Amino acid sequence: MSKRLDQAFLGLIASVFCGSLAMQAQTTLTIATVNNEDMVVMQRLSAEFERQHPDIKLDWVVLEENILRQKTTTDAATHGGQYDVVTIGPLEAPIWGRRGWLLPLEGRLAPAYGIDDLLKPIRDAASDRGHLYALPFYAESSLTYYRKDLFVAAGLQMPAQPTYQDILRFAKALHDPAKGTYGVCLRGKPGWGENMAFISTMANTFGGRWFDEAWKPQLDSPEWHNALSTYIDLLQKYGPPGSSSNGFNESLTLFENGRCGMWIDATVAAGTLSNPKQSLVANTVGFAPAPEAITPRGAQWLWFWGLGVPSATRHPEAAAAFVQWATSREYIRLIADRYGWAAVPPGTRRSTYEQPQYLASAPFAGLVYRSILAADPLKPTLKPVPYTGIQCIVLPAFPTIGNQVGQVIAAVLVGNIAVDEGLHKAQAATERVVKRMGVER
Amino acid sequence: MITPSTSRKLLLTLLGWSVALVIAFPVIWMVLTSLKSETEAISRVPHLFTHVSLNNYVAVQEQAKYLRFAWNSVVVSFGSTLLALLLGIPAAYAMAFMPTRRTRGTLLWMLSTKMMPSVGVLVPVYLLFRDTGLLDTRTGLLLVDALGILPVVIWMLYTFFKEVPREVLEAGRMDGAGPLREVYNLLLPLSMPGIVSTSLLAVILTWNEAFWSLTLTTSRAAPLTAFIASFSSPEGLFYAKLSAASTMAIAPILVLGWASQKQLVRGLTFGAVK
Repeated sequence: MSKRLDQAFLGLIASVFCGSLAMQAQTTLTIATVNNEDMVVMQRLSAEFERQHPDIKLDWVVLEENILRQKTTTDAATHGGQYDVVTIGPLEAPIWGRRGWLLPLEGRLAPAYGIDDLLKPIRDAASDRGHLYALPFYAESSLTYYRKDLFVAAGLQMPAQPTYQDILRFAKALHDPAKGTYGVCLRGKPGWGENMAFISTMANTFGGRWFDEAWKPQLDSPEWHNALSTYIDLLQKYGPPGSSSNGFNESLTLFENGRCGMWIDATVAAGTLSNPKQSLVANTVGFAPAPEAITPRGAQWLWFWGLGVPSATRHPEAAAAFVQWATSREYIRLIADRYGWAAVPPGTRRSTYEQPQYLASAPFAGLVYRSILAADPLKPTLKPVPYTGIQCIVLPAFPTIGNQVGQVIAAVLVGNIAVDEGLHKAQAATERVVKRMGVER
Repeated sequence: MITPSTSRKLLLTLLGWSVALVIAFPVIWMVLTSLKSETEAISRVPHLFTHVSLNNYVAVQEQAKYLRFAWNSVVVSFGSTLLALLLGIPAAYAMAFMPTRRTRGTLLWMLSTKMMPSVGVLVPVYLLFRDTGLLDTRTGLLLVDALGILPVVIWMLYTFFKEVPREVLEAGRMDGAGPLREVYNLLLPLSMPGIVSTSLLAVILTWNEAFWSLTLTTSRAAPLTAFIASFSSPEGLFYAKLSAASTMAIAPILVLGWASQKQLVRGLTFGAVK
């Protein structure tokens, strides 16, 4: 009896010891990400990665975008090491990479990963001086969404490449507030990621730029005047009431409820608008490229959410393994198998757009692909510029500049100040920020 | 027949309820929104009652481990309140009963630390936490929260202690009580309503504290403020789920406040009328 007890006790000790050894051998990766649908799906499927890598456990930190940016910036800048994988965009990847806050990833990728399969504009936006600092998880450009039924009823036809003159003409013809339909919906909510994302592309295609080669702000130029006047005309005359509080989500709701004749915004909305379960206009929505004015340069924006590995991580190998898995062709195939091809993260890989099933399930896919390929973050404007980036320029001070200019433009939109006064204020605000924060990366 | 005093009472009651409704409206609207679908939640024409559903609560529960966040909130808010009381009671006692010519200045200086924006000391505190291994620990957050509420706790306790007749403590001293016994056997029982209301206020303040809890924690020690922050999204509808998450986050503190409202009111009016 006593011997059996001894054996049981020894067995218990041994199992506890082995268990603790196994626990010690397990690596826990802390992943910071945003609450977008594609990221939620990634979180849901992470059990598959853990199954393939039994020695790695994933711990998720999901946060609102601005909070995430503040937390991850603090941690990366102080080498805090709280996160092993961070979700970042085209604003962070090159700046953080240059400052040594992120590990370059190109040398850590397995040959089967297929780095050349990543779309070039996205790879460029995630790189600095030849080093790749984030692997793109999904990417987007911008499109013109329009109501085919309203166009037919009004005897209009959307050209293969619309111009802003076309958009003005169409908006005037479609605007019918008495029936609850507004000519055009656009972002008006102030913020560098809200109204300024759209207005920057307008300024680009009207021939404008944020800075000249000597980093002198150019917001009081005739090009910006033309772009902003068109934007204000569109929204004040043919937009929904209260446009200055409409961001992406509000505009999406308006369009999918049949309140907008047209909407120019992120390509990521195409899937939602085509889904009859979410959209009242699923059968009548049409897609066209983002409008142009005098140049195609910078007419459509480019954004991605990518996964980067902070240089302070204690588990660089495990983190690199995870970011590869989450951005791989195999992951895209896994999503397609589980949720269908329409649900795969778009905009990152050429191979996705070579899948007949994907092209069949997403009729807008070809247009999205062409829009992303047409966006060149290295040459975003007609005139030469000292910066890269299309709708958000790669500069640490840009969020501050974008937010201040966005506020001024919202004031113009609600009619508090005139276009030229607004642009002078925006110019002065940008000069102040540049003087205070500098233009160093 | 309605007498003037009855109509005055009625008017005051009506006014009281109106004010209460205005104050409570955001919370009521949040709970209602949590029961709607995402499309209804963002609708331009607000609907009071539509297709009531608990789906958002189910979705929130599936996406995040609510209990882990809630437990962290409980430990941090009650722990930091306890620590602040342990430090605050002796400090307030000394300032109330053994003042020096610098007491007033010290009190004002302590309060002035609350006027500094937290972000001003973000980097030094973050580096301190990194080097001492306190990042993403409940102990670390508890310490910061305790220090954050300490000025308020000391000020409140100081005000309450000032209301206790000095003669009572002197009588105790005459009977041979030392400072510890004086505080434990006389001061604390006499000012218990004030201490309770200070504690409740401290718990509420630390429960709602967002800046440090969002900055200094990631997953293991993250409290309910971090839980709420995970349900906002720049692309996609989220108002209904965010409302459900917020309702779940404030529910415990709302229940606590409701259950202890008598003590809270008694404490806050303690000494108001002599």
